[in-house]
Amino acid sequence: MGDYIVIIMGSIFINNIILAQYLGACPFVGTSKKMETATGMAGAVVFVLTLAGVITWVINTYFLVQLNIEFLRTIAFIMVIASLVQFVEMFLKKSIPALYAGLGIFLPLITTNCAVMGVTLLNVQDELSFVAAVITSIAYALGFGLALILFAGLRERIDLGRVPGPLKETSIGLVTAGMLAMAFMGFRGMV
Amino acid sequence: MLATIMFTLGLGGTCGIVLSAASKIFYVYEDPRIAQVEGFLAGANCGGCGFPGCSGAAEAVVSGKASPSVCMLVGPDNVAAIAAITGGEAGTAEALKSYNECIGGNRASDRYTYFGVNRCSAVASMYGGRRDCTIGCLGYGDCVRACKFDAIEMGPEGYPVINFEKCVGCGACQTVCPKTIIEVTPMSIRLTHLNTESDPLAPCRQTCPAEIDIPRYIDHIRKGEYEAAVNTIRERNPLLLTCGRVCPHPCEEMCRRAIEDDPVSINQLKRFVADIEMNSGKRYPIPCNPDTGKRIAVVGGGPAGLTVAYFLRRLGHHPTIYESMPKLGGMLRYGIPEYRLPKKVLDWEIDGILNLGIDHHVNAEMGFDFDLASLVGAGYDAVFFGVGAWNDYNLNIPGEELDGCLTGINFLAKMGKGEKVDIGKRAAVVGGGNTAIDCARTLVRMGLEKVYLVYRRTRKEMPANEVEIVAADHEGIEFVFLAAPSKVIGDENGRVKGLEYLKMELGEPDASGRRRPVPVEGSETVLEIDTIISAIGQNPDLSFKKEGTRLDDLEITRWNTFEVNPETCQTNVPYIFAAGDSQTGPATVVEAIGGARRSARAMDQFLRGKPVVGVPGALLASKKIKESIFERVKGIKQSERTQMPELPVKERIKTFEEVDLVISEKDAEKESNRCLNCCRLCYDPDITFDDKKKSAA
Repeated sequence: MGDYIVIIMGSIFINNIILAQYLGACPFVGTSKKMETATGMAGAVVFVLTLAGVITWVINTYFLVQLNIEFLRTIAFIMVIASLVQFVEMFLKKSIPALYAGLGIFLPLITTNCAVMGVTLLNVQDELSFVAAVITSIAYALGFGLALILFAGLRERIDLGRVPGPLKETSIGLVTAGMLAMAFMGFRGMV
Repeated sequence: MLATIMFTLGLGGTCGIVLSAASKIFYVYEDPRIAQVEGFLAGANCGGCGFPGCSGAAEAVVSGKASPSVCMLVGPDNVAAIAAITGGEAGTAEALKSYNECIGGNRASDRYTYFGVNRCSAVASMYGGRRDCTIGCLGYGDCVRACKFDAIEMGPEGYPVINFEKCVGCGACQTVCPKTIIEVTPMSIRLTHLNTESDPLAPCRQTCPAEIDIPRYIDHIRKGEYEAAVNTIRERNPLLLTCGRVCPHPCEEMCRRAIEDDPVSINQLKRFVADIEMNSGKRYPIPCNPDTGKRIAVVGGGPAGLTVAYFLRRLGHHPTIYESMPKLGGMLRYGIPEYRLPKKVLDWEIDGILNLGIDHHVNAEMGFDFDLASLVGAGYDAVFFGVGAWNDYNLNIPGEELDGCLTGINFLAKMGKGEKVDIGKRAAVVGGGNTAIDCARTLVRMGLEKVYLVYRRTRKEMPANEVEIVAADHEGIEFVFLAAPSKVIGDENGRVKGLEYLKMELGEPDASGRRRPVPVEGSETVLEIDTIISAIGQNPDLSFKKEGTRLDDLEITRWNTFEVNPETCQTNVPYIFAAGDSQTGPATVVEAIGGARRSARAMDQFLRGKPVVGVPGALLASKKIKESIFERVKGIKQSERTQMPELPVKERIKTFEEVDLVISEKDAEKESNRCLNCCRLCYDPDITFDDKKKSAA
């Protein structure tokens, strides 16, 4: 049990997928202009990453390792995740229209999200058990959501301030992201 | 090698099969019309329609939740094409344009300095802006950034200026504006907006009982945009020809120019544009909203009834007017004499209102020809009462039943109908209000030798309009002040031959603040006259409210008027509304119009099934926005107020021709330039008005 808490804390804060591992920077900048968009994106990532964590673990353990073709891991994962997102989108549209309407355009966006790819690959690299892989995936997704929502809140406030012309919008956003990443470095060595 | 190929093929194949199967299993039927409709929409995803994006709007149109004209960016051709796809009615799109109330200037002094804040929304949340003036534009340009069509830019004064060529009326600027400076509101909201404390309202606009946007229409007149001026007035007042003639214009009393100079002749300007429309012979189009199918019975075809019918029709409902007299107009026709409001003008105005598609029945009296039960039975969804105040008070003195004793409204109504009234040679009118003056001035025109006006207080206390008193004086009416009629003296044939009155002197002030007249003992005096007209006040005739007529529950005040909520004009019976004289007691036309518009707003809420409520912070006529009322205004150059042209006294006392004439176009331009643009132009009472450069620096 203690191990899992370490995994959760580690994945959310210490090895935060965005601010410590620098994965998923595109949606981090792209969908953080408004709090509403940011929360939508965070929800979608939690949803997809959990599913991707499960299915890629299965593919890796029962196919790639068994057949001794681990070098195909990247290409296989891309294919599986892309198909998965498509499938989930269709499934939700039919079965849970409310959730589909809530996640909206963010589901297809995640197809190209390197954070999802990165987490699944990290899971394999660390040779985690099934349960540990699932928990890690959820925790990384929560970390992603935390960073995104924090960042969106900051950007909304910055928008109200007087920013020099050349630094407007994304530029000041990246500077802020850098400082946020430094702040997260403070978690290093906690576990 | 083989395993690699097999695995890759297998994975690809599985994914493909699963997805294609899923697309069959999880197939959701989407109406193909949605895609077709979306093709005709603008594709700007501006959100102006209130739906999430153009696809959302298309879905709403197909499912019938929105009309084909939902998108204000598409032209009538596309609307027709969309209507053809959905099989619905095209309906009328409301032409929307953004309008900026505040035209800026850097005159108001600053109260705060903000560092690092450059958004209106941010500034508004921090102590409401940097200026002393809390109602004007904040000037940080949130609207400029919000406009997707580059239609707004910062003007030279640092305030947004709208390019009407580019504006499509999407409403993005209005949404972001934290004040009510920029408006793109649809017609229905403009028509039903009530003045509130946070609106940028000039003093005149706060005072007008009909809440007309006075500085705006004067601005239109200044620029020569007469149609726009008429439309601006019509958003609040459908009876502009009438009000331009008979309104006592309380607005002019609050005019800021009047503090240092003569007030702007606001009402003359209204009459000027109204007459321009009438004399052109062509009516400016009045748009109406799509039909709602709701029907309303309007009892009384006077100013209140006509106004409520006009606004309800424009909001898409179907009012029907029931009038007991042979023609519509109420007091306008039967209470106001021809020389103040010609019947020809009134007919033209009423026709314009009826042309919107309002049915009416004349010679139909409530309580005789129909009653509430028959209205409810006929399927009306709501009923409006604007029955006026047609009951004259009696003098309560002996001899009042004699031949030759008339009452004011009764006399004026007979004249209005063109009936012959036997008057004799000498007459006295008792009373000091507008009705009394109207009677006296009418009598003069009938060629009488002598007309007395008997009033128990002095001229200072007379409730009639000052201009009317002056005109009556000019026309040779003899005022008998401080006189209380005590007896009517008749001859042997039962015909009036004199009026005995007691002289009065002013005593202590009474509840109304006027000094109470006290009779002087033994001062009886007799006026030799043939006719007495008593015009000492009226009250509503609510005799149709008999036992067992479904009106038993309706609450009536002790002044015999309808008891209503002043903001909504709703009575205690939810589907019954009332305004005008029958609700306020005898008052002005413009007050009836204001009340009727509040009624129409509340009835619209009622008919659409919404809760009937007022507005928080509503500014009913007596309340003022404190900071907009100045003690003094520096630097105003005196300029003479345009005098109203009128018929010379010698000519006018012989005929019933209209006395007041309209001002010329040149005078209208001059007069409109006298307007100070209060609450549109940034203003500071401590800075000299013409010293523009200094304040901008």
